[in-house]
Amino acid sequence: MAVHTSQSVAKAADDDTVARGRSRGTGTPTPPGRLRRALSTHWYAWTMVAPVVVVIGVIIGYPLVRGIYLSMTDANERNVARSIGVNHLPATYEFVGLDNYTEALTGEQFLGTLGWTLVWTVSCVTITFCLGMALANILNRRIAGRSAYRMALILPWAIPGFVSVFAWRFLYNEDRGLLNKILSGGGIDGIPWLNDPTWAKFSVIAVNVWLGVPFMMVALLGGLQSIPSEHYEAAEMDGATAWQRFRHITLPGLRPVSTTVILLSTIWTFNMFPVIYLLTRGGPGEATQILVTQAYKFSFEISPRDFAQSSTWGVLILVLLLIFAAVYRRVLRTQGDDW
Amino acid sequence: MTTTAPTPAARHSAPKVRLRGERSPLASAGLHLTLIVASVIAVFPVLWVLLTSLKPAAFATTTDFFKETTFENYTNLIQNTKFLTWFGNSLLIAGLTTLLGVIVSASTGYAVSRFRFPGKRGLMWTLLVTQMFPVAVLIVPIYNIMASMGLLNQPAGLVITYLTISVPFCAWMMKGFFDTIPREIDESGQVDGLTPFGTFWRLILPLAKPGLAVTAFYSFITAWGEVAYASAFMVGEDNLTLAGGLQLFVNQYGAQWGPMTAASVLIAIPAALVFLFAQKHLVTGMSAGAVKG
Repeated sequence: MAVHTSQSVAKAADDDTVARGRSRGTGTPTPPGRLRRALSTHWYAWTMVAPVVVVIGVIIGYPLVRGIYLSMTDANERNVARSIGVNHLPATYEFVGLDNYTEALTGEQFLGTLGWTLVWTVSCVTITFCLGMALANILNRRIAGRSAYRMALILPWAIPGFVSVFAWRFLYNEDRGLLNKILSGGGIDGIPWLNDPTWAKFSVIAVNVWLGVPFMMVALLGGLQSIPSEHYEAAEMDGATAWQRFRHITLPGLRPVSTTVILLSTIWTFNMFPVIYLLTRGGPGEATQILVTQAYKFSFEISPRDFAQSSTWGVLILVLLLIFAAVYRRVLRTQGDDW
Repeated sequence: MTTTAPTPAARHSAPKVRLRGERSPLASAGLHLTLIVASVIAVFPVLWVLLTSLKPAAFATTTDFFKETTFENYTNLIQNTKFLTWFGNSLLIAGLTTLLGVIVSASTGYAVSRFRFPGKRGLMWTLLVTQMFPVAVLIVPIYNIMASMGLLNQPAGLVITYLTISVPFCAWMMKGFFDTIPREIDESGQVDGLTPFGTFWRLILPLAKPGLAVTAFYSFITAWGEVAYASAFMVGEDNLTLAGGLQLFVNQYGAQWGPMTAASVLIAIPAALVFLFAQKHLVTGMSAGAVKG
């Protein structure tokens, strides 16, 4: 792969030189002096990243600042600036400092929801990672029908999330869903998949694992393919057993990919809004409510809509994830990362 | 279920050529069995929706695989609802998001991969941190921004929002991908008098096709399947995207599964097509991207 790439590149470069030479004889002269060259390099780099910086600054930066501000007020639907007909009512909410945070962190609701969110995140990521690892290892071997299997296994990723969640709701339906019909065919009572707190927790985790395995598998498969086969050959020479090869070559070889995908999928799962929201709306009761769906509920579903509480939870989610990411990077600091 | 998989997989994750002979028929059968079970679990929910959509609405909840196969769910859907309008809206928004997402994340990824510049570290962290933002916190303020810029109910508003979701991850992935392309290529470009932009555009981009394919796929899927922003920002039956339209549709049809399943199938088709186009690059693109992530 690498060899092939560099060859074609060399050729491309040659062609390009010729084309360039003809079309633009003047070219851009390299600016003399180290300082000026550095400056011009930065100029290019900055221009290239500018769109991202601007968009993120406006779309993420402002809402973040606003969210942090709101979390220190008592804003809710009744006291924010709003228009009723032609009358414009100014905002009347007040600054309350860190009251919302003390309330959230000492109250049972936040801690309870956090507990389930952690269980949800850890179990989803662990199961997804293990299944993805297993399937990637199988698919990385020479096996008949490999590409057909791979297509089938990646399929859940290709289907829009709300469609798959709908498909699962359809299967889970207590009275008429296929799963319960199969069970009753075997003489077993139907299971209240989404209506019993414990089963609902099981069901949402199952769906999220189903959705998450393809990403994990593809990423790990790519990682496996980048491990040089010489390493395995050398290990076999030395008489390493299959388990030893897995333990001492495959796992370390997958380390860079694994650390990245685990970090990403932890963050995504922690904030996995659509699965919970579309599958159970956090119910039954509040059994499957994770932090992010609860925060959404505060600002959209309860009356009066509680913007301050919602922002507080949102900021807490962000802080928790930031702490996690920082600790994670510190613990597993990979060599060669220059950022 | 598939929990038995790790053991056989772990045993022989070594090079294929060497191990082909070493695998007993029993192990082969086990591997195939595992893969078949996993594939069935992966495919079945989707397949079941497809099969249900082909049954008359009255038989939607029967367990037969086929029952009086008919397309009436589809014809109903297309003739009696605004489905095609929603479909067009979604296609426009997802298409724009994909195009812009690929351009922006490729150039960002390249800049971060090749240049050392003040603010690089901060940018990398920002890209990671934006992944952590809960929708719930952002949705109201973004709504306000869009309203004040007059972008509410406009495709552009959603496109910009989706870019903030897809670009951070894609830029990260592209950075990793560009890291695997030797720097000598850039240098040869510079020696030949190309500007950094020229090098990027004419030399590096053509080499990064697998990475670009993955980026395109990811951007498209993100925009195509997003629900929360789409239903908050777009109002009026003509402006809805599929995600928003389907919500209306649930109310309109109550508990009838027939039309819902037909809609799901039609929604899944473009995503599957994009997927087919991207899938052969998926592994290469992702690996290069994620290895150095």
